[in-house]
Amino acid sequence: MINSAAREEILQRIRNAKVPAAPQTVRGYNQTGPGGVELFAERVADYRAIVHVVSDVPEALALLKGKRIVAPQGLPAEWLIDGVTWLHEPLTIGELDQADGVLTGCAVAIADTGTIVLDGGEGQGRRALTLLPDYHLCVVRQDQIAASVPEALRRLEPTRPLTFISGPSATSDIELNRVEGVHGPRTLEVLIVT
Amino acid sequence: MARNPVTWLGSPTFPKAAREALQDTQLRQNLRKATGTIRGRREAAVAEMTDWEMLRVAGEQIKDDVLARLDTLLVQLEETVTARGGVVHWARDAEEANRIVLDLCRAEQADEVVKVKSMATAEIGLNEALEAGGVRAIETDLAELIVQLGDDRPSHILVPAIHRNRSEIREIFQRRMGIEVSDEPADLAEAARVYLREKFLTTKVAISGANFAVADTGSIVVLESEGNGRMCLTLPDTLITVMGIEKLVPTWQDLEVFLQLLPRSSTAERMNPYTSVWTGVTPGDGPQRFHLVLIDNGRTATLMDSVGRQALRCIRCSACLNVCPVYERTGGKSYGSVYPGPIGAILTPQLVGDMHDPQAASLPYASSLCGACFEVCPVRIDIPSVLTHLRAEVVEAKGRTPESVAMAAAAWIFREASRYEKAQKAGSLARFLARDGKITSLPWPGSRWTSSRDVPAPPAESFRSWWRKNRCQE
Repeated sequence: MINSAAREEILQRIRNAKVPAAPQTVRGYNQTGPGGVELFAERVADYRAIVHVVSDVPEALALLKGKRIVAPQGLPAEWLIDGVTWLHEPLTIGELDQADGVLTGCAVAIADTGTIVLDGGEGQGRRALTLLPDYHLCVVRQDQIAASVPEALRRLEPTRPLTFISGPSATSDIELNRVEGVHGPRTLEVLIVT
Repeated sequence: MARNPVTWLGSPTFPKAAREALQDTQLRQNLRKATGTIRGRREAAVAEMTDWEMLRVAGEQIKDDVLARLDTLLVQLEETVTARGGVVHWARDAEEANRIVLDLCRAEQADEVVKVKSMATAEIGLNEALEAGGVRAIETDLAELIVQLGDDRPSHILVPAIHRNRSEIREIFQRRMGIEVSDEPADLAEAARVYLREKFLTTKVAISGANFAVADTGSIVVLESEGNGRMCLTLPDTLITVMGIEKLVPTWQDLEVFLQLLPRSSTAERMNPYTSVWTGVTPGDGPQRFHLVLIDNGRTATLMDSVGRQALRCIRCSACLNVCPVYERTGGKSYGSVYPGPIGAILTPQLVGDMHDPQAASLPYASSLCGACFEVCPVRIDIPSVLTHLRAEVVEAKGRTPESVAMAAAAWIFREASRYEKAQKAGSLARFLARDGKITSLPWPGSRWTSSRDVPAPPAESFRSWWRKNRCQE
């Protein structure tokens, strides 16, 4: 099934080009940055996400009361407060589409760019969980905030399925102006825990 | 060999297409507005970075390293992707790539597929090939959808519908979706959301491109904004990714450079809303069958050219389009290719690989050589140098012409000082043709110049001879 003639020909043509070796890459750019909760909060808010800095997560989660919220496996038990209809896996695509929202933790956050990274680990679930519900509430611990992109990548395991999220879904396709809210969750709310 | 679909069949040469496009005032207005907006925003996003130049240099070096070790890195990528449950396919040209993808769709018994915006699949004309094979490809990126529903052609790398303004988009949506909608961008985005939702939830096969592939981990990276990418990369059972062989980076660490360069250069954001990274197949999460189709389609030929190969560093950000004075006035469709603008002017003719093709050969001239493109390029592609290099190739391909004979004669004269001086002396005789210091009419072939402008009369004495008389010590 695999076309080995094509493979061999392409590789041979590359070798025939005899491209000279490149100099060693100079990584003179910043490896880190100012970082911190304040910068992260400011940058996330820049992309019209809603941001709260809190010390008590269960108390802050009261904003979910009365809603039907997807709860991925591995969320801390004390986050599953009363008054919320928690939806647990296994969930069908239709059930996810009908949910009011999803609550997750995250793997890493990036202060410089206002980005949250999910890696499918505990309290995050498979990728569809944070995609189909129209509302995503993400809890970020202070110690999860990396200052810069290089710092964040070092903390991640590349072979896990990763999703970098910077604000709610958006498009710049109409006259190159940014408009929030297309196919992904139209509301992103972030709780930063200090 | 079949023709390379990177250029559209029957496209006129650039000057002819440009002349027509310049008559379209609506187009020029739309482009001026859109490129003006993005230029200002990109500048602000870049100004924020104190280490921007270092990132550009690193980006250039990493990509040059990829080109130098492309064979080894591709084999490594094949190993890492295969080890994680993916299947790697190789395609020499567009026809071969399209056949591979069509066969994969047929094996899944899919008559409909959802697509993430991808330059590679646009370059090979995949949608048309699938349609001919009975498979309908649905574009899910908003701008691609506008182009597809409008039976139009793309005119920009990042925003293929940049030539359309909001009221034109509204008209297309009303006509093709059968809905009533305002021309507010938010309402238009909502219309696209509703239109595509059901497709995302039910379609079994998705096709994507790739922004980057990491050789040492086998990870594929797609940057996007709307979430249509996440939908396609997450919900279907089967994912087919089509990628140019140059889209590699050697290591995971290298992504730290490009994840900073690309968003700021393309959409002028610190980070685009969504970036997805996946490595082969993850049990219980996302598509359980993953195919990676590696395409050459003129890239290895481009690699042979020591000057031209730097075009393969391109990460498709489109910053060069947004700053180009030629692009802003002629629009993308004048270039007759999915790759318009300055990068298109050097990439398209190289992928076509035939300077006897008059349309492709006209592209290196679609520039004033102002150099703005080089200045903004995040991987430092020296586009003006490649343009002049390709112009020389176009001239060479033409063989002996009156122009080349004249140029060869000029080169012979310039080579020797004595010959040069004699020529100057002879040339100064032309001053007898002048009236008021200007020559308004020369015999052929000089008439081709004087028919539209005057020539200043040459002075009686050249600078060289004046210097010898007045300043020379000996």
